[in-house]
Amino acid sequence: LPGAKSTVAGAMSLDKLTRYEDASSYNNFYEFGTDKSDPARTAGSLKPRPWTVTVEGEVGKPGSFDLDQLLKLSPMEERIYRLRCVEGWSMVIPWVGYSLAELIKRVEPNSRAKYVEFISLADRSQMPGLRSGVLDWPYTEGLRIDEAMHPLSLLAFGMYGEVLPNQNGAPVRLVLPWKYGFKSAKSIVKIRFVEKQPVSSWTRAAASEYGFYSNVNPQVDHPRWSQASERRIGEDGLFAKKRPTLMFNGYAEQVASLYAGMDLKKFY
Amino acid sequence: MARRSLWLHPAAKPLLFLLCLAPLAWLIAAAATDRLGANPAEALIRGLGDWSLRGLCLTLTVTPLRVLSGQPALARFRRMLGLFSFFYASLHLLAYGWLDMGLELGDIGRDILKRPFILMGFVAWLLLLPLALTSFNRAIKALGAARWQRLHRAVYVLSLIALAHFIWMRAGKNNFAEPALYGAILGLLLGWRLWRAWERRKA
Repeated sequence: LPGAKSTVAGAMSLDKLTRYEDASSYNNFYEFGTDKSDPARTAGSLKPRPWTVTVEGEVGKPGSFDLDQLLKLSPMEERIYRLRCVEGWSMVIPWVGYSLAELIKRVEPNSRAKYVEFISLADRSQMPGLRSGVLDWPYTEGLRIDEAMHPLSLLAFGMYGEVLPNQNGAPVRLVLPWKYGFKSAKSIVKIRFVEKQPVSSWTRAAASEYGFYSNVNPQVDHPRWSQASERRIGEDGLFAKKRPTLMFNGYAEQVASLYAGMDLKKFY
Repeated sequence: MARRSLWLHPAAKPLLFLLCLAPLAWLIAAAATDRLGANPAEALIRGLGDWSLRGLCLTLTVTPLRVLSGQPALARFRRMLGLFSFFYASLHLLAYGWLDMGLELGDIGRDILKRPFILMGFVAWLLLLPLALTSFNRAIKALGAARWQRLHRAVYVLSLIALAHFIWMRAGKNNFAEPALYGAILGLLLGWRLWRAWERRKA
């Protein structure tokens, strides 16, 4: 899946890329098991085609998009993003896709569309992890509409020049580089525009630990561990010190204005 | 008769010693050849933790096995297994402090207080320490057999704390299948002892 180099500000990190083998074998995708090696092993049962994404709610043009429509909706761009997991590790991944804003503009949200909700596939026959009660399925995530419209918010279809491997959220997922990884919903089947702030799966599971915003922030610790530093997968050797985590994962210049005046300790 | 002489064979202990070192050898070899996956530090820390818990289970298996099989010679392997579980627990702690925390003592202290599951693991190791230090014949003599035995009953409590450490670690992911397996094994091993103590009191 080829993509032209993105010209969006901040979209081309100069950090060294994580190895494809690491990025595709160390995954949190609980629909395929809670161990990070589970998805690569079990996601073969996911059928990424045919695939339909339904758009509904507060929009002028609701409807369904099949995967081929989505692939042709806007030119593919390659973007190299840092990915910071809430667990304290990070990667650098070249994604292929286009700004989520391209899709949003096409469906014409109305003035009541204050938030966008993303719902992942939940099909027991394709996803062995659904049998466990780890989370309330389907996996649900949400963004404020201005966050969703931000040019860095990526609707991704590929990585490393290839279509997304199943374990990385095929065939279509979000990538929000300034937020902890779990905000970037995988294998999306529904996008809903709503007036009230949606409750995401992780907030429902543990509201005191996972807030709606979940912006990467070294100054706001997870209640059970520090977020001040991170281990870069494949790069920080066994005995290397962890590297300091950057505010908004290093994307402050592009996204900090979205949160001007907000108490980020309160809106974590 | 043939089996008993096998347990008493001069090579039995050295063989067990090598067997106990095998997991460490495997972990080191895997780390050196980049076969520990994307996050080798995490894999190493967890692997060492797994083996200290397995060591505890094996140590606690010796007495039931000895009694139920009528093979008193099995008792001679208990100390080595116990010391190996202490060895793996110490490496587990060292790997966490070094690979995860960069040996920053202040950070380690704060982390232990911030994460109760790490505190649990640390307490289990602290309780294991005096048992390892008094595992020599001279220490047994100095303490007297009765006091030594009372002290070493701490292994029952600390193995439950170690189990709690594991359960709590997995609680973040609501993933309890593996801790449940170890819980069942420990429950069986400790339950057998309770049952025997109960039977003895009745008699």
